[in-house]
Amino acid sequence: MQRKLYAFIAGGLFGAGLFISGMTDTRKVQGWLDLFGDWDPTLAFVMGGAILPMFVAWRLTRNRRPLSGGEFPAPSTKGVDGDLVTGSVMFGAGWGLAGLCPGPAIASLSYGGWPHWVFFIAMVIGMALTPALRRSFGKAVPTS
Amino acid sequence: MFESIPADWIWGLLGGLLIGTGGAVYLLANGRVMGASGILGGLVDGSGRSSAGERIAFLVGVLLLPVLINPLYAPFSTNASENLAVLIVAGLLVGIGTRIANGCTSGHGVCGISRLSPRGLLATVFYILAGGATVYVFRHMLEVI
Repeated sequence: MQRKLYAFIAGGLFGAGLFISGMTDTRKVQGWLDLFGDWDPTLAFVMGGAILPMFVAWRLTRNRRPLSGGEFPAPSTKGVDGDLVTGSVMFGAGWGLAGLCPGPAIASLSYGGWPHWVFFIAMVIGMALTPALRRSFGKAVPTS
Repeated sequence: MFESIPADWIWGLLGGLLIGTGGAVYLLANGRVMGASGILGGLVDGSGRSSAGERIAFLVGVLLLPVLINPLYAPFSTNASENLAVLIVAGLLVGIGTRIANGCTSGHGVCGISRLSPRGLLATVFYILAGGATVYVFRHMLEVI
């Protein structure tokens, strides 16, 4: 119960932050990516503002345990691999096309109207298809 | 001094601080990286079944807070495309891409960069470059977005 409450608070802060930062406005996100058009730097302020408390949080994880018990996540041992590059390029292309990434796509469902639902459902289908897609390319499927 | 700074940037910074505080709560309380694509994707493909409860609680928070704040604001548009093909292709690319890369703007961007993770930083460089190229081609050359 305690873990769910903390998760709800974290999600609430995330959703509120996405809303007031303007990051559910697809024009602002595409404006950030539009270097050769009418460039909008707002996203850099959002990123900077978000990285600040997270930087402190990572410092606080040293020699401590999470409040709900368990361990803090160890850094990935995978290094930079082809999946990271391929996946990020695919994600970036979709992000540029619609101006939505997963967080804002969820946060905007209550007020974005039908285009946001179409995007969200396609995104969920993409997520559901990924394990089968990876298998057909002979790639391992994470099960954790 | 503040009069010369666009209000959008200040709201962006404040919103960013809230986003990062959410990530800090998720990390320090539950010991998890706050990545939207991983939290949702683990529910969708079943890989996160053992932590389904806290994933759902997180997603309810993300959805619910904008519902509560929205009435305080004047009605506004998110300016989303109404082109079905664009929305579907973009959604599929974001869904598949973030699962293959194991992260998106929140996991690799916010949580990865703040940890000085080379993977997070590199993923961010690649998705911003790909996004920039996509906007250039589809806005300025093909003029469909």
